[in-house]
Amino acid sequence: MRKLALNDEILLTIEKPARYIGGEVNSVMKENKEELIRFVMCFPDVYEIGMSHLGIQILYDLLNSYEDVWCERVYSPWMDLDAIMRKEQIPLFALESQDPVSDFDFIGITLQYEMCYTNILQVLDLSNIPIFAKERTNEHPIVIGGGPCAYNPEPIAAFFDLFYIGEGETQYRALLDLYKNCQKDGYDRMDFLHKAAQIPGIYCPMLYDVTYHADGTIKVFYPLYDDIPKTIMKELVTDVNQVPYPKKPVVPFIKVTQDRVVLEIQRGCIRGCRFCQAGQLYRPVRERSLDFLKEYAIEMLDNTGHEEISLSSLSSSDYSNLSEFMDFLIEKCKDKHVNISLPSLRIDAFSLDVMSKVQDVKKSSLTFAPEAGTQRMRNVINKGLTEEVILNGARLAFEGGWNKVKLYFMLGLPTETIADVKGIAELANEVAKVYYETVPKEKRNGKVQITISTSFFIPKPFTPFQWAPMGYAQEFLDKAHTLKDTVLEQLNKKSIRYIYHEADVSVLEGAFARGDRKISDVIYKAYQKGCIYDAWSEFFKQELWDEAFEECGLNVDFYTTRERSVDEVLPWDFISCGVEKAFFIREWERAKAETVTPNCKMQCQGCGAARFKTGICFDKKN
Amino acid sequence: MKYRIKFSKYSSMVFIGHLDMMRYFQKAIRRAGLPIAYSTGFSPHQILSFAAPLGVGLFSNGEYADLEFTSEIKTAECKKRLQEVMVEGVDILSVKVLPKDAGNAMASVAAASYTVKIRKGHERDDFSFTKEFDRFMSQNEILIEKETKKSSKVLNLKEFIFDYKADADSIYLLVDASSSGNIKPGLVMEAYYQFLQKKPEAFEFVITREETYTRDQNGQLISLDAVGEDL
Repeated sequence: MRKLALNDEILLTIEKPARYIGGEVNSVMKENKEELIRFVMCFPDVYEIGMSHLGIQILYDLLNSYEDVWCERVYSPWMDLDAIMRKEQIPLFALESQDPVSDFDFIGITLQYEMCYTNILQVLDLSNIPIFAKERTNEHPIVIGGGPCAYNPEPIAAFFDLFYIGEGETQYRALLDLYKNCQKDGYDRMDFLHKAAQIPGIYCPMLYDVTYHADGTIKVFYPLYDDIPKTIMKELVTDVNQVPYPKKPVVPFIKVTQDRVVLEIQRGCIRGCRFCQAGQLYRPVRERSLDFLKEYAIEMLDNTGHEEISLSSLSSSDYSNLSEFMDFLIEKCKDKHVNISLPSLRIDAFSLDVMSKVQDVKKSSLTFAPEAGTQRMRNVINKGLTEEVILNGARLAFEGGWNKVKLYFMLGLPTETIADVKGIAELANEVAKVYYETVPKEKRNGKVQITISTSFFIPKPFTPFQWAPMGYAQEFLDKAHTLKDTVLEQLNKKSIRYIYHEADVSVLEGAFARGDRKISDVIYKAYQKGCIYDAWSEFFKQELWDEAFEECGLNVDFYTTRERSVDEVLPWDFISCGVEKAFFIREWERAKAETVTPNCKMQCQGCGAARFKTGICFDKKN
Repeated sequence: MKYRIKFSKYSSMVFIGHLDMMRYFQKAIRRAGLPIAYSTGFSPHQILSFAAPLGVGLFSNGEYADLEFTSEIKTAECKKRLQEVMVEGVDILSVKVLPKDAGNAMASVAAASYTVKIRKGHERDDFSFTKEFDRFMSQNEILIEKETKKSSKVLNLKEFIFDYKADADSIYLLVDASSSGNIKPGLVMEAYYQFLQKKPEAFEFVITREETYTRDQNGQLISLDAVGEDL
């Protein structure tokens, strides 16, 4: 029987003890032999969030498929247990073996959003691993980061030994083999890191240095040794049908955010929306074959017992065989009493037909993501969605019986004017109008319920907007208030609800997203002051962050509201996601000229992703 | 066809609450590929119900759930297939087919038996925990105040304790678990400690539910799986 790291008294005192006991269905136990490489994958947020993440399930499955590796999981202890562990000096432990994290060879931390950065420090701290990489010795695990935020690793560079840039399936075997070799003849941490930094996609921040201009911008970013690469190209899976995908994902005991089978139907996106980082990072789009998806859908449902399956991709409607695959799923899921959920679908006749088959129309709501309120603004962001398409989709939906609609927008996009802000309210009003025109009084199921939701635009690295100024917090709030007032002035105000995100967190996220190495100290200071779980509004403490920036002599505006020139050395310039900087510059110019760029299916734009010789770039030229 | 499964709960699974245990079984039944019946309606759910919720932290050797299958399956086969998809901490102890007229698991619960022990680290030097239990039970009546949602009422606990036995290091209790007089073993221990003029510490007891009972036609207590048969 497994012995738990926490005693019964603690487990019976804290909320949701199931977060810490492991032992879930499909979790992997191995006999702990001396030669086994011990790896622990960490999602630095609470269990329910971390367990919902597909990437860790993929890597967990991949690493455990190696006989010489045992991969386990660890998540951020919730605040109640965090306090107990500090008070009673209980070291953080992995879920499977319940062994201390500090005993492991590797801790892999996935970086899905910037606001989890203080939780990384929490995990290291509770594990008794030095927070700064340079203070670690041969006795400590190698701390490696990966995921979308690893594309600008600089704000957290000081805390990591290595970063893995790109898709995780390709280089872990090489890294582990190197580790084994280095252990054979007297392991030396720096020797291993130096060699690891020569593996494609691997970045070791300690082996690089930065100098700055007087104004704080970067002068030179350079490797300290001749044999360390100057630029790091992202790793990418060239054949998505040949790479392992978890047939037996771990099934949590407690309800987690993503309590279902998640099947990734394709990677990448053809769209090229100019605000979207994922759309660039995962280029080129690569589709999984129908046979692959059919096989995995059935096996994953059988192995987990989940009652729902969700298709994952950046834009499901663009998957070529969606119609055929949906027919298959609907047929199979009917016998199994399995629900199908379809996020990221474009609203059109086809998707409405599919949705009416898999959802309760009366209860479900439809989501449109116009992202901007006017055509001019949508042209700037390259969201190829016209008002006509939106209103037509809405009309079809209303005819089909839906009466709840969610509309997603961003405030603070580059070149935005008051007319664009008001345009959001006006578009919502038009959607409401369509309802009252389309559905006769006697058929109405009450009022149409339209929800406008806005988030504040945050410029991200590796997008055409990486040079753009971000708005000030007050500017964001003023815009939100203008939008609210406009909604209330309109005829259909009673059918429209408006919700918006907090501005302060967005500003901080903006600073981290495009931050440099200097930010590491701010994060460390803020953590020491008590900042943790910053993504959770109940724990976010703006005043502590303000203090931390001040004490480090740094100004948030330098990172957020300042417009960069395209000549400036950006902190992430030494990384390449395959898409060339020249393409981003071209797109930034076209954005300012309000010019739409065709998507990958319509016409190749020569972005540079064709270098990977796969996916849509290759399909077309073949 | 209605089936009744009996299972145990131990190891780290004692930290999984009742609602999550239900979710666990719903998924386990799917993994086992059993022909579970579904309710009708737009969001059909499995026809599956549990006998008596078990509190978080309690062990059990006698948990029950009733379920309905759309086709016949041998009880031994069903037990084997379910056991194959269990995790450490839950074992399938028996599977029986219920007669057509059998009451559902929850409504038919009449009593439950428990073993109470002292948790490691909570042993007290000043007294032997079981020694005075006979004397406690030999009182004419054991009046306690039981809190209900709105008020509290006085009841005679002794009427709800059907049987007991105090060993060197454990106390066995057979108590009322019917909907009208559901007595938790913790309540008995509190009354016992009050009688000893002591106060139980938090987490002092380790409690195991040993069996869940219903009554037969003659009013005799029988285990819930004695109602069903092998197939």
